[in-house]
Amino acid sequence: MTTRRIAFAVMVPTLLLAASAAAEPAPDRSAPPPSGQPSVFRPPEIQKRTLTNGIQVFFVEIHKVPVVEVDLLVRSGGLSDPADRPGLANLAADMLDEGAGSRSALDIADEVEYLGASLSTEGGWESSSVELYVPVERLEPALDIMAEVALRPSFPQRELDRLRKERLTQLLQWRDEPRSLSAVAFRQGVFGASQRFGLPLLGTEEGLAAIGRADLERFHNTYFRPNNAALVVAGDVTPDKALPALERAFGNWSRGDIPAPAAPAARVSDGPSVTLVDRPGSAQTEIRIGALGPSRGTPEYFALTVLNTILGGSFSSRLQQNIREEHGYAYGASSRFEMYRSTGLFYAGAGVQTAVTDSALFQFMKELNAIRSPVSAEELSRAQNYVALSFPGDFETTGQLAGRVAEIYLFDLPEDYFARFIDSIRAATIDDLRRAAEKAIEPGRLEIVLVGDRSQIEANVSKLGLGPLRSLTVEDVLGKPPKV
Amino acid sequence: MRHLRFCAAGLWLFLALPAGAAAATLEVPYTLFKLPNGLTVVLHEDHSVPRVTANMRYLVGSGREIPGRTGFAHLFEHLMFEGSVHVPEGSFDKWLEAAGGENNGSTSFDRTNYWEDVPSNSLELALFLESDRMGYLLGSMSPGKVDGQRDVVKNERRQSYENRPYGLANETILANLFPPDFPYHWPTIGSMADLTAASYDDVVSFFKRYYGPNNASLVVAGDISPTEARVLIEKWFADVPAGPPVDPVTVTPPVLREARKVALEDNVQLPRLYLAWITPAAYTASSPALDVLASILADGKNSRLYRRLVYELQVAQDVSAYQWPANLASQFRVVVTARSGHTLEEVDRLVMEEVRRLREEPPTRRELDRAQNKIESSFLAAMERTGGFGGKADLLNAYLAYTGNPDFFNEDLSGHRAISPSDIQAAAVSYLPDNARVVLSIVPKGRTDLQAAGGER
Repeated sequence: MTTRRIAFAVMVPTLLLAASAAAEPAPDRSAPPPSGQPSVFRPPEIQKRTLTNGIQVFFVEIHKVPVVEVDLLVRSGGLSDPADRPGLANLAADMLDEGAGSRSALDIADEVEYLGASLSTEGGWESSSVELYVPVERLEPALDIMAEVALRPSFPQRELDRLRKERLTQLLQWRDEPRSLSAVAFRQGVFGASQRFGLPLLGTEEGLAAIGRADLERFHNTYFRPNNAALVVAGDVTPDKALPALERAFGNWSRGDIPAPAAPAARVSDGPSVTLVDRPGSAQTEIRIGALGPSRGTPEYFALTVLNTILGGSFSSRLQQNIREEHGYAYGASSRFEMYRSTGLFYAGAGVQTAVTDSALFQFMKELNAIRSPVSAEELSRAQNYVALSFPGDFETTGQLAGRVAEIYLFDLPEDYFARFIDSIRAATIDDLRRAAEKAIEPGRLEIVLVGDRSQIEANVSKLGLGPLRSLTVEDVLGKPPKV
Repeated sequence: MRHLRFCAAGLWLFLALPAGAAAATLEVPYTLFKLPNGLTVVLHEDHSVPRVTANMRYLVGSGREIPGRTGFAHLFEHLMFEGSVHVPEGSFDKWLEAAGGENNGSTSFDRTNYWEDVPSNSLELALFLESDRMGYLLGSMSPGKVDGQRDVVKNERRQSYENRPYGLANETILANLFPPDFPYHWPTIGSMADLTAASYDDVVSFFKRYYGPNNASLVVAGDISPTEARVLIEKWFADVPAGPPVDPVTVTPPVLREARKVALEDNVQLPRLYLAWITPAAYTASSPALDVLASILADGKNSRLYRRLVYELQVAQDVSAYQWPANLASQFRVVVTARSGHTLEEVDRLVMEEVRRLREEPPTRRELDRAQNKIESSFLAAMERTGGFGGKADLLNAYLAYTGNPDFFNEDLSGHRAISPSDIQAAAVSYLPDNARVVLSIVPKGRTDLQAAGGER
């Protein structure tokens, strides 16, 4: 629609005009100024310590702002939910700060905020966490509350009832959000409702209704153990200074037997399939296309990272250029590999205007096919540079540092992972990318989910012949509206 | 953005005792100079990572738009990424990404800002790109580029407003809070009709009028040598000619004299109530008290509204309160989503009961300490990051624009720390009356019975 040639054509005359009109001599703008040598990246040193009960502590010092981030990471989450209690892990994590030791939910919030701290608790698919951010001067009193919350939650019935109601209301509100609907429908398509991964992390109405205090206690007792957890400390503090307080807070926590994790999720459908979730009157169609993907441990991790940068992981990526810039179908288009310890997902997507849903889908399929052919040397080097040269920027704040170190612990990465990252990215070849793409992106086996106005898009989408098309209602995806 | 924070290598910071009103001293050292063409430049060193940010702020936003062309400042922001005479279309992103850089831009009522975060060895590339679009944008502009970004922006409007639940709340509030001739009467995204009407000629005249170096300020911060950075900035920006002087916007201060009830039906499951008041301009005497008041009302489980509506009565799913600062007038907003079975009339009654309590009696010392300590920590958190939206460079530029002093961090924090319980009470009395506010109800289709009456209480 717009062409680059126009920009080139007018370059010379305008340059002359501008130069003669200006008071200062114009610098040479005929080419972008070359960058010098990038500084050699020295990853932050991770200092490992162990408390008396064996829990590992990863320290990263950064003495810029007098704050510290302390994260407790537990290597279990929603994938450990009992089959009839989906949502348990996520709710248990959310309940940690709703009462602990002798403190009530309101006491905890009051004390944490009085310290100017923030304390959050979160239950993911394969991990749970308690995260503290606090001015370093107030680390000790904040750690006491953090340990109480993480180790001695009281799970009050009243708060359980309250949070359950909050979650059921969230499930209700997903009906309003095209992107939530497409995410839920996509997981259902890939994994099916009989696997934990096929249901929302938040759980289901039936699962939430079944969860009692005893379930929360059992989950916490089973998985919140020092031999299934680690601490990450990043900030304006030294290990020697912080260790005594950490030992007081977490050193008495006792070990336990951790059940083996569930078997990796399997793909249920063999694709391709097109699922249309009807949302009459939608201004856009929310598109999500993808499949089961590699887990975080894949040897092709670096090739896939570069590949995705080229496909839909940067502004100059093929999808963004095609769908947004060239065709004007969407505000943005992207792709990602969402990787877990045990499994993974690949998907691409965009919110496109209703009238061009089929055209946009055609372009998506074109790009997903094309990415399996060798990329150009220019694309490879641009993507490698983008990932490698921006990597040091991930180590600026305490939150970023803690997050990167958590990645090492949760995904069992080698200790020299950061030091080798840039070289590993640069080592990926065009051939590596092609092989990784052929394996990870099979255009004939994709799950295609469209959330939009069926009456406007169904006929044109079927004409594309992308696979058997099934139409669902919002209720088919989310069930009947929960009773709240 | 709400407030600022800081401290960097070589800064000082004292934090007081655990708990209680703490005392941090924040300082962000900088160098300021002006080029002969009027471009104001601020430099700040922070060597914690080998990155540099260039943050350019043009003092033009949707508040300069004219009726019939709403959304234009933001559409123009998009066009700034489409190349300039020496930067072919598409190359702005390609070159930056090939150098390990990130970039973005945003538009508000009063300003448009752009930043590039790059490895320190690529500072010159960022300066070249910023200076080229400041000096040489029009030579490569074309009606085709305008059409292309018009489509993208219309899709942004569809995605972020029309296809999003409650997405039309903001423009409805603005249209009712401010009079039609006041520059904040319309949202930065603009209307579909006006986006359709925007022309290539509009682009040319807007650029000539507002995008000169004399209407902009550039902050370069991070892993820099100030001496070398200055040489590079002079090299790339000195030949950009100044634009015409830009006069400040003059307006009659807006006044709302009624509780204005508005209702919309939307594709939503739950009704949501929006209350909005006009408050004084950003960085004026009352600003810190209004920030602290917002925190006391809705930040945390013990805050007045959260505790009453969400925690105890459980009539609401969520509640938020915030001060939205801007040059000509700010806004104070309270937003509450009601649970099934509850009306917005009930919610409005409860919210205004709590507001009234604060008008009648100051908050406790403990409530104030909590709010102030949290605000102080948010200042510290902002000091951790140099680039991007809300990083130190962005804040230096914002402070410069609003107060004339880039390193206004400490004054800003002190202003928040100096607030007393009676200041909060006074702010609630002066700025949150029952009878001068917008009461917007967004209800599920066909459920007008759920909306608030919005009268005096």
